[in-house]
Amino acid sequence: MLEIIFISTLNGILYGMLLFLMASGLTVIFSMMGVLNFAHASFYMLGAFFGFEISRYMGYWPGFVLAPLLVGVIGMGVERYGLRQVHRHGHVAELLFTFGLTFVIQELIEMIWGKLPMNYSAPTALNFPAFEIFAINYPMFKLFGLSVSIAIFVVLLAAVKRSRVGLVVQAALSHPGMVGMLGHNVDRIFMLVFGLGTGLAAVAGVIAGPVLVTQSNMAALLGPILFVVVVVGGLGSLAGAFVASLMIGLLQTFAVACNLSLAGVFGQLGASGALVAYIGDIWTVTVAQLATILPYLLLVLILIFRPRGLMGTRES
Amino acid sequence: MNKAMASLALGLSMLGAAAMPVMAAGVIKIGYVDPLSGDGASVGQIGLNQLDFIADRVNAKGGVLGKKIKIIGYDDQVSPQAALVQVQKAIDDGVHVIVQGNGSSVGLAIENFVTKYNERNPGAGVVYLNYAAIDPIMTNQDCSYWHFAFDANSDMKMAALVNYMKTQPDIKKVFLIDQDYSFGHSVADAAQRMLKAKDPEVQIVGNVFVPLLKVTDFSPYVAQIKASGADTVITGNWGPDLALLIKAAGQAGLRVHWYTYYAALAGGTTAVKQANLADDVFQINEGVNNYDYAPQQAVARAYIDQHKSDTDFYPRLFDMMGMLFEAMTDANSANPVAFVPKLEDMKYKTFSSGAAAYIRKSDHQFIQPLFISVFGPLGANQPFDEEHTGWGWKVVAQIPGEDTVLPTTCAMKRPR
Repeated sequence: MLEIIFISTLNGILYGMLLFLMASGLTVIFSMMGVLNFAHASFYMLGAFFGFEISRYMGYWPGFVLAPLLVGVIGMGVERYGLRQVHRHGHVAELLFTFGLTFVIQELIEMIWGKLPMNYSAPTALNFPAFEIFAINYPMFKLFGLSVSIAIFVVLLAAVKRSRVGLVVQAALSHPGMVGMLGHNVDRIFMLVFGLGTGLAAVAGVIAGPVLVTQSNMAALLGPILFVVVVVGGLGSLAGAFVASLMIGLLQTFAVACNLSLAGVFGQLGASGALVAYIGDIWTVTVAQLATILPYLLLVLILIFRPRGLMGTRES
Repeated sequence: MNKAMASLALGLSMLGAAAMPVMAAGVIKIGYVDPLSGDGASVGQIGLNQLDFIADRVNAKGGVLGKKIKIIGYDDQVSPQAALVQVQKAIDDGVHVIVQGNGSSVGLAIENFVTKYNERNPGAGVVYLNYAAIDPIMTNQDCSYWHFAFDANSDMKMAALVNYMKTQPDIKKVFLIDQDYSFGHSVADAAQRMLKAKDPEVQIVGNVFVPLLKVTDFSPYVAQIKASGADTVITGNWGPDLALLIKAAGQAGLRVHWYTYYAALAGGTTAVKQANLADDVFQINEGVNNYDYAPQQAVARAYIDQHKSDTDFYPRLFDMMGMLFEAMTDANSANPVAFVPKLEDMKYKTFSSGAAAYIRKSDHQFIQPLFISVFGPLGANQPFDEEHTGWGWKVVAQIPGEDTVLPTTCAMKRPR
């Protein structure tokens, strides 16, 4: 019993940290620019593919550094030539633009790399088990991902709350005119913030690529859960995203290990009777089978009881 | 600027005109209804590539009945509703032969649709050739005169796997993990039934269901497998559900035997190589490139040279199309009403090994030899690797067609 709890906790934390890596960029963009970037998962996928392509010629570490830079530059370009034009038409127009961007990026990736999975492997320097607990190995690479997540969280929190740049950007969100008149180039600030957000997504892609499958449907598989993390944590709150991703990671991992069902608790239903026909299926479904919808259940509950999210700072 | 735009427009329209297909007077159209976009596209596209390859070779020799074979792709995105729309579209386009495989839910919908269509329009003739949807009810309760199954169904494959596992003394504890939908449940049920009947000393130490194509982190499942003490895992998982499971097992250091249905499908073999599980992942299918049969290897080589990143995933497609063209030639007609009677009684020599195979008339199931193969480093006479990993499939057992036969409950309604 203790074994299962310990292993599930460790797995849940590792998975939650991967989610946070991806959600951090989205939260940055939203808290600093007010744009909910639907294409965030697509930039994550771009980061994984660029990382893979660079790692084929130069090894993993150059990819780890160059891919986020490249994707950040692309993000800046998207902001400068796309979002900026759309921004004056309101939030809905921005959402639609980023939504359309997801399809464009996916098709471009499929045209260049095809639809089959790519063989993106972890660097040999980290490809060994870090420690062994209860006869299960934990690869060093996953712990590396964990440490990168925590580092990013600390740096971002400091930058947003304490640094001058963070304050200027937050001010530009609500009072762009005034900030402009004080001599700051508001347009350039937004462009850099968007580039930073997409660069963070790419870092997540470079780390998740070897762990998960690097394929053209990566974005579609992980996109929805990203939004659950951001909404549950609270739109605009970095600490909230951190807490929410840990929560969802632990929740899903523990749920998979849990084989409880209503039948297990209350006993089997009688073999005959109208009740069996109506709720027979629901009676025997286990928590483990429900594990993947639990985050969405959480999303619904949060939106009903606390729409601001756990630590949210803005209504949206 | 205007002149440049005008010449660009002119150039593009000329390109477009050149790309329009020459409308031949005699064309036999074959509709391929499978996912060509979205998640399943990587697998669906491979089937289409293979069918195009087969059609090109046949057309080069003059076609069938003097007409060219044309393969038309219809994207169903593995959705029964979308597939029925596409099948109707195909029929409207003059297609009489529907080929499909990905997704038994879709397959069942198409089977019922085609049966009702033929009942309402006698003489119209639409036949459904199923190359991969292997839910057993398609040739049992829901069997149809207008449906042909060219892949051994999941019960037949499980029977063959269990017979092989009986001969392996180191298999004592088996863990079952499958996707939570009709196919996954039928694999798990068949495994439990057949292990209990044929190999009662083997203990089943786990039976879990994974939500279909939703789970990213398989480490909890790997932890469960390890905790159960299993030495073997039987799984019907495919696609990301198999690739991620195997990768998680490799990362956690889990060494068990994996008996799978679909480890050869897109992404599975890359995952096995990344997880470094040499000679521990088995699959059951109807043909292996490295099997020493020269005609098969020649065609596989030709196909791989043309499509550098696919491999010969569906040897049975060669059998299916070969038998279809032979039936059309025998009946001297491309209308299914005329050639289905020829097809349902046909004997054939398989593409994979030249062995004798046939279609069972009572349920339209193709009975063929099956192979169990293992994935690992290649030996001397084994030239084919998978997905550029350097490892390939090696045959460990061959099961003759007669040993795969299972009884059927099909009560086929034949047209008068």
